[in-house]
Amino acid sequence: MILHTVNKSPARSNCLKSCLRIAPHGGALMLIEDGVYASVNNTKHSQLIVDALTRMQVFVLEPDIKARGLSGLLIPGVSLVGYPGFVELTQTYDTVQSWY
Amino acid sequence: MKYTLAIYGAPYSSQAPQTALSFAKSLLESGHSIYRLFFYMDGVHNASAIAVPPQDEVNIPAEWSALIRKYDLDAVVCIAAALRRGIIDKTEAERYEVSAHNFAEGFTLSGLGQLVDAGIASDRLITFGP
Repeated sequence: MILHTVNKSPARSNCLKSCLRIAPHGGALMLIEDGVYASVNNTKHSQLIVDALTRMQVFVLEPDIKARGLSGLLIPGVSLVGYPGFVELTQTYDTVQSWY
Repeated sequence: MKYTLAIYGAPYSSQAPQTALSFAKSLLESGHSIYRLFFYMDGVHNASAIAVPPQDEVNIPAEWSALIRKYDLDAVVCIAAALRRGIIDKTEAERYEVSAHNFAEGFTLSGLGQLVDAGIASDRLITFGP
């Protein structure tokens, strides 16, 4: 199964949308860098992740959340991971597909 | 597990080098290995020896050099991407008769074939896009 990383905000780029169109059930999504903005609750773009959570796990990189002051604003169900957790996920999944 | 990290973003204009550095440190600390670091497109600017950021900022090219030295890593910079952006080592500077060179210690100039090889030889290839 594939771990998809997305590093752009959905407000700036279509790469999250493109990724979610392709990512099958059972894959996982890892939001990094400005990609973490997609995990904020009650925004124009929140529904993308709310829908994604019904078919896949969604992880966000905690240092990028903290750097942007987004702690406590996340959509329920997304999982926070640090760099060690990110490394572990790249082992759990067979392939990592980066969207940027 | 053997990892290859492909870095496509330049320091100070993209977060990719910082993410890749933190990822590399984390995986090396957890006992995994890096088969190759591959710097491509604007990522070649990570191999500049003459970047001088303010003292209270992270010197990303220097951080790479230190990591490469500490773990004896293979760090390849795409030669075609580097030369057109003015990242050049002594040998190439002499070949093209340009007046200076700026290639940081620990890196190697080579071709895109090294990325293909790394993709085959590594368990994981992780791309850090710009």
